[in-house]
This record gives sequence, structure tokens and C-alpha cells, in this order.
Amino acid sequence: MRVIVVGAGEVGQSIASNLAPSNDVIVIDRDDRVVEELTYSHDVLAIHGDGTTIETLREAGVERADLVIACTDSDESNVVICGSVKTATDAFTIARVRRRTLLETWEGSQGGFGVDFMVCTDLLTAQTIFRISGLPAAQDVDTFIGGLVRTAEFEIATDSPIANQPVREADRYDSLTFAAIFRDDDMIVVTGEAVIQPGDRVVVIGSADSVTTFADDITRNNRADSDEIVIVGASEIGYQAAREFENHGYRPRLIEQDHDRAREVAEELPHTTVLKSDATDIEFLGREHIDEADIVISSLGSDEKNLLVSLLARRLGVDRTVAIIENLEYAELFETVGIDVAINPREETSEEIVRFTRTNRTEKVAMLEHDRAEVIEIEATLDSDIIGQQIQDSMDALPDGVIIGAISRGGELVTPRGTTVIKPGDHIVVFVDSEVLDEVVEAI
Amino acid sequence: MRHYFRVDWRAGLSLVGTLLTFLSLAFVVPIVVALGYGGEDLWVFVVSMVLTAGFGISLRRFDPNPTPGAREAFFVVAFTWLFAAVFGAVPYILTGNGTIAHPVNALFESMSGFTTTGATVMGDISFDTHSRAIMMWRQLTQWLGGMGIIVLAVAILSQMAVGGAQLMKAEVPGPGISKLTPHIAETARVLWIAYIGFTVLLIALLYTLHLAGLAPNMGLYNAFAHGFTTLPTGGFSPEARSIEAFSPIVQWLIIPFMFIAGVNFVLWWYVISGDPWAILRDNEFRFYFGAVTVFSLVGTVLLFFDATLQTTETGQIGGNIERSARYAAFQIASLTNSTGYANMDFDAWGNPAKALLLFVMFLGGSAGSTGGGIKILRWLVIIKSLRREIFTTIHPEAVRPVRMNGKTLDEEAIRGIYAFTLLFLILFFSGFLLLAADTSRTADFDPHTLDLLTASIATLGNIGPGFGVVGPMGGYNEFPMSSKLLMILYMWIGRLEIFPVLVLLTAAYWRS
Repeated sequence: MRVIVVGAGEVGQSIASNLAPSNDVIVIDRDDRVVEELTYSHDVLAIHGDGTTIETLREAGVERADLVIACTDSDESNVVICGSVKTATDAFTIARVRRRTLLETWEGSQGGFGVDFMVCTDLLTAQTIFRISGLPAAQDVDTFIGGLVRTAEFEIATDSPIANQPVREADRYDSLTFAAIFRDDDMIVVTGEAVIQPGDRVVVIGSADSVTTFADDITRNNRADSDEIVIVGASEIGYQAAREFENHGYRPRLIEQDHDRAREVAEELPHTTVLKSDATDIEFLGREHIDEADIVISSLGSDEKNLLVSLLARRLGVDRTVAIIENLEYAELFETVGIDVAINPREETSEEIVRFTRTNRTEKVAMLEHDRAEVIEIEATLDSDIIGQQIQDSMDALPDGVIIGAISRGGELVTPRGTTVIKPGDHIVVFVDSEVLDEVVEAI
Repeated sequence: MRHYFRVDWRAGLSLVGTLLTFLSLAFVVPIVVALGYGGEDLWVFVVSMVLTAGFGISLRRFDPNPTPGAREAFFVVAFTWLFAAVFGAVPYILTGNGTIAHPVNALFESMSGFTTTGATVMGDISFDTHSRAIMMWRQLTQWLGGMGIIVLAVAILSQMAVGGAQLMKAEVPGPGISKLTPHIAETARVLWIAYIGFTVLLIALLYTLHLAGLAPNMGLYNAFAHGFTTLPTGGFSPEARSIEAFSPIVQWLIIPFMFIAGVNFVLWWYVISGDPWAILRDNEFRFYFGAVTVFSLVGTVLLFFDATLQTTETGQIGGNIERSARYAAFQIASLTNSTGYANMDFDAWGNPAKALLLFVMFLGGSAGSTGGGIKILRWLVIIKSLRREIFTTIHPEAVRPVRMNGKTLDEEAIRGIYAFTLLFLILFFSGFLLLAADTSRTADFDPHTLDLLTASIATLGNIGPGFGVVGPMGGYNEFPMSSKLLMILYMWIGRLEIFPVLVLLTAAYWRS
């Protein structure tokens, strides 16, 4: 595959070195020295120039490129790069952005800005924070097709309204599909007759609204109140992290020094306790029993402050400290000084992009139950085996362990029923047993 | 454990070992030749091959999984070339024939081969003293050294992908390398394909001339032998009188191929892959082509009007337009890009013509070619920046970046080019002084001043022949051993463009 990476910062270099062994990688950067250094340190072709201009992109052979990754430090440049690429070719474009608003605008319009896949650094980092906070997921949520579709995994409590009901009866929510039931270590593929028992973990796929309604319905008494999460600093990452915890059923506390910002995020986060204070104020920390927190996440604007807060929290007796470290070289050092986990947003971004490029046509992947099963988003192409048939017929062609969870057609959600016909260009969210994954991806 | 050396010499040596093991395969060629000519000296090459491979494999034990960095690149390149020359000398010593049986002479001949210098200490260049296999090995060392051992290894060995560019930078002539493709291995392959392509073409054409009856003594052996030393700008010939031994048409044919060898092979790749105009747009090529053409014309005029110029082998040259043109064009093409072939004893030329030859010896080939010397690209940058100096003297406020092929050059790169050129000239004069001092010790060997000057530039610039005793029909055998060792060093650092070897001699390289 011929890959063009625009912007040789930390993200760009990391992506380039990851992709270089098995792909033809061309890197474009505006800094002469970086280009010179890259020529000798990586097995890539480095070109000096402005990636937003079509001449530079042509020089890099954009017409023959399969994939263009725009990962400069400027959101606007990245979006413009993807737009420029689309004027010359229809190579797949990936843009890295920092601001969530851009991601939201893009999600609202499929393929907007000429961007085929957008990675939001802050959101990604927030998701990572949640993932590595190591807390058991009361509910596991992933979004697909630009937020249109959600998939979630819930543990069913004894008093849940759908406990001890067969799936046929439980399936009363609009545009929601039951994909699988996990019982102990077994995966039960859903049939109408299967009975949902307390303690089961149920995977559902549906529209964002329907999943939220379903979640509120069945998890009324299931809040994980017992876990104390403290986030210091309502930076974009801090705010997104708080939201991520909220989404998974937690009630985090968020400490922000600036009054206006604190007010702003408090309005956005109904389940979060926002505290307006300086996080290095020992008296305040004692009063709020921060020392009893299970985890303290520092997401202030500077690496040094994050280190300070983490060390302070450590001293107070906090179990686990997580800090956002922008400078990659600090990360390891800070971990030896006493931070449990240092998260570098750039590293996360490059990993996500590399992961994405490795998953073929599959547009998004969520892993369930430690990779027992996956939920994937795929665009149906003309040569796909399931085109032009009713789902109930095409299911026969697919192996067992596959459920079509949702379909998006031109940005509109179509709830899949047995009689729904899949058309080329549809984005399909599919639940797949890991064992038959390759076979299914091949077929679709 | 406290490390005395800050250079990961274990990893470096291990990689050198890998390269040597790989290089030992080259002995297959003389083995085949030996088999073809009745098995003479066959055992010599088998033993050499085993020794080289054995040494290479034992070096690899220093670090089974080497990860050399940028600093180790100098070490790897410098020692690969040194060891290549050392093991390339083994067959000369083992056969024990002629002057090159002496270890220092053998190393001189081998280093001269790999560095494509073409300076020889062989007393009797004929098949009476040396077997055909030995002579072919001598030619082959030049062919291997021409495009570069490291470039070949990068092209073939997959483990060289990471860091390969760094190594190639230290080996390929010129201030840097240009990647043609994202993967360095592919770029290396492209260069070697172009190189092999031209070599095969020349061999085929030479042999065709022979079959057509136009070149009686250019048999298959000679066609291969000269194909192997033209494209690398080498200059060795199994004929004692070099290219003079062949018919005029062969001499005319070799001229364009010597020229080709002095052009950046990246440009040839563009030509082969369907963009023939790329080469005409290139500033360096135009300058090189212009220089060779103008100097050839000037040389032709000088020879033509030198009424007394004649030798027993060539006949009357002065007044004969074909001969004047042939001898001038051949020698200019040969000495500009450091090939070192001779189609006559140019020592017989008049002073103006000889001065012209001495002048072009300082030009060198293009960057990215197989030629040695200072290189056309550097001179072009120096001329352009000097022109800027003059312009800014008149207009002190003018801001004028130096452009090459339409792209502006970094001031630091220009500084590097000045530094290299100055260092090259300093080494040239130091070499001249040292050779003069050293040769004065011996009573029965008294070379002229000009001979010593050309000996210094001919070894440092990887050219080969000079004037007088080191002239095209002479050799370096009469020099004392100490002078030969100095010249071995000069050929070595000249081929690797000084810095990769010179940094190894500094304490700073090894310590911090």
C-alpha cells in the first residue's frame, strides 16, 4: 500500500516508522531538517514541502496513493490537506484533529471536508484514560458511523426489567438489536427463545437514543457509586474523560480552578460533581477526602503541574494516579518518579491510526469480552456477497455467530429486519464471533 | 559496567561480519574463470572464499542481533571497505606470483581495485606471470567497488533496510543520497540495475566489435574485463598498455561509457524509466557534459597543433584530426571522472595539454556516480556561491539563496561542501609533501615534483595514473613501502569521501 503521511511530528514519525516495513511510505513536512533527518533514520521517502498544496502532493505521487494521513499539529491544515487530496484522487484520507467540534461537524456529514476517517486526539485520550483506569465497565459503550450507532454491553441485575425474559419479549425497544449474551465464559448467540438470566452480559446494537433509553431502563440501580474518580483540570481532555466515565455509569468528580470553565463543564456534565478549586490546596483536598479516591487523573494544561498533582495525590494515599503528559520524553521519567500511568495523547493518536490502517476495509472495530467477539463497521461494496438480498436470505450465506446490528444509508439509520435489503454503499455494523471474523470480512 | 567506548563497536563489527560473509560470494566469479582456464589458481580462490566467510561469520558472534545507530554507520562503512581490501588481497599473496605477492603490494593492488583507483604495483601485467583468474579478480574488485559494496548489500539483504540509508550516505559519492522510492532497498536495487545494465551493454558491444572483426584482441575475456572496469570508473586492464592495445573503434566506444559512469546513476534511472528529459534539466549533468565537451575540444586543438607529438605506438598525432580528437577526448573523459584508462602514453604530451589533464583530475565525477574526486556538484555549488559573494560585494543588502535544480540550498550544506573541498585539497598537498619526504630517503628512486603531485591526487581522487614514473604505462611499484601504505590510506579515505574514515581517527568519536 502506498501511504502518504503529511506532517512529521511525533504522530507522523511514529505512524511512518510503524507502516514503513510493509508499505511504501512517503512523508511530507515543511521543515527541511526534519526531512533530511527522516531520510536517513526511517525507511521512507521524505519530501520537503507544504502538504496543503497540490504540487507537493503530486510530487509525493498522490495519484497513486491508497491512503493519506494528515497529522500536522494544526486541525485546519489537516482538514485542508484531506480536501486537497480529494481534488486529485479518491485515496482514503485520515485527519487527526484536536478539537471535538470538528469531529462533531464531520460526524454529522459522512465524508465531510473530504475526510474519510477522523481521529480526535482529545476524545481518544479520554477513552484511553477510561480504559486504563482499570475499573470494571458497568457498561461498555462504543460508537459507530459517526455516533449514529452505538453498541453497548450491560450486566443484567436481578431486579432488571428484562431479567428472566426470553429475547423475543425483551426485544421491545425501537431500533435496537440484541446481538449476543455472554454467560460466564460462554457466548450465546441470540435466538428468540434464549432467556436472559441475571448475571448475563448482554450486547445490544442500536441508535444512540435507543441505547441510552435501554441503559436507563435496565440499570436503574446499577450505578457504580462505590468507585471514587477524581479528575483534576477541566481541559478538553479532562472534560472528555469525565464524560467518558459518565457514559460508563460512573459519577466522577472534576476539579477546575477557573470559575467560568467550571460552570461551563458543570452544565454539560449532569452526573459529574464539578468543584471549583486549586487542586494543590491541601486543605481543600482533605476536606473533600480526595485521599480516599481510587484514581486521580491529572489533565491540567502543563506536564509539570500534572506531575505535581499526581505526586501530591500519591502522598495523600491515592491508589492510582494517571497523568496526561504531552512531552513524550517526560512520560517514562514521570512514571519512574511515581506516576502510575503517563498518557501521551500523540502516542495514542498514532497507535489508533496505525491500528486503523491495519484493519483493512473495516472502518471501526470494537472488541468485546477480551476479543471473544467484535463489533465492526463495514461499507458494503458492489462485490459483496450480501448485496441485493433480504437479510434473512443473506444470513444463510454467512457463517454462524454473525448478527447485523444496524445499517446506515446516506447518513440515515435503517433498523435491520429480516426483510431489509442491503445496498452498495451502506455502512453496516456487524457483531461477529472472533473465530469467523476473517471469513465474514471477506464475504462483505 | 562502565563502557570505555561510547560506540557500539560490537554491533558495528557484527554488521561488518555480515557484509564480509556476503562479499565472500564474489569469489565465485574467479573460481568460474579458473575452472574455464584449466583450473589454474582454483584453490587460491576457494581458500580465500573460506577465509573471508569464516572471518565474517566469526565477527558476527560479537553481537548476534546488532542494532547499529547513526554513529556506528561510519565504523561499519570504513571497516567493511578496509576488510574488503584486506581479504581481496589474499589471492594475490597466496598465488605468490610477481611483485604483488608482497603483502603491502597485495593490499595496495586490492585497495586500488575496490576503491576503483586503478593505480597498480603489478610489475609485469601479462598472463605470463599471472593467471587469468587472478587478473579477472583484479577487474572484479573494481566492479564491486564501483557502485559500492554497501549499496549492493542494502539492495539484497533485507536486514539492511533500517539504517541502510545511513550506511549508503557514508558510501555513495557526493554530499547525500536521493531516495527514488520509499524503501531504501528498492533505491539501491534501482542503482545496481542501471549499473549492471550499462555493464552488460558495454560487454555486449565490445564482443560484437570483436565478432565483427573490428577488434581482434577484444575476445570474451577482455570484453568482460573491460566491462568490469569502465562503468565503475576503475581503470585496471589486463593489457599492459591499457586501452592502447585495442583498435580505434574500441577506444571510441569506451569514451561514451566512461562518460556515462561519471553521471549520477539516479539520472540514468529516470532515463531508463521513461523520462529522458530529466537528465537534461539537471544542473550537474549539464555542467559535467559542458566541461567534458569543452575540455575535449581544447585538448584536441592542443594536440592537433603540437606538430612534434608522436610516439612509436600511435604514430604522428599532431596534424591528424581523428587521432587528436580520439586521444584528447579519451583522456579527458578518463581523467575527469577518475577512470584512469589510457589509450596512449599521455606523458608524451606537451606542457599545455598535460596541464589540462592535471586540471581535470581535480574535477571528479558527478555526485551519485561511480567516479571519485571532489565531484562536479561541489564545484558547481562553489562557483555559484562565489558568484553570490561577488554579487553581494556590489549589493551588500542583497539576499540571494544558492539554487541547485531550482531548489534553494541550505547554507549549512554549502558550508559542508566548502569544508570537504578544502580538506580534500589540504590532504592532497600533505600527501605530496609526505611522498616527497619519504621518497627522498631512497637513493635509486628519484621521481619528479610533478610525478609526486599527480601520485597524491591520483590516489586521493581514485584516478590511478599520473605523470612520469606513475604515468599510464608506469606504476607505483618503485615507491618505498611507507609511501605505499600512505597511498593505501589515501585511496581508502578518498573513496569514502574522507569524513567517514577521518571521524574514526578522532577521540570524540569513540568517547562521548
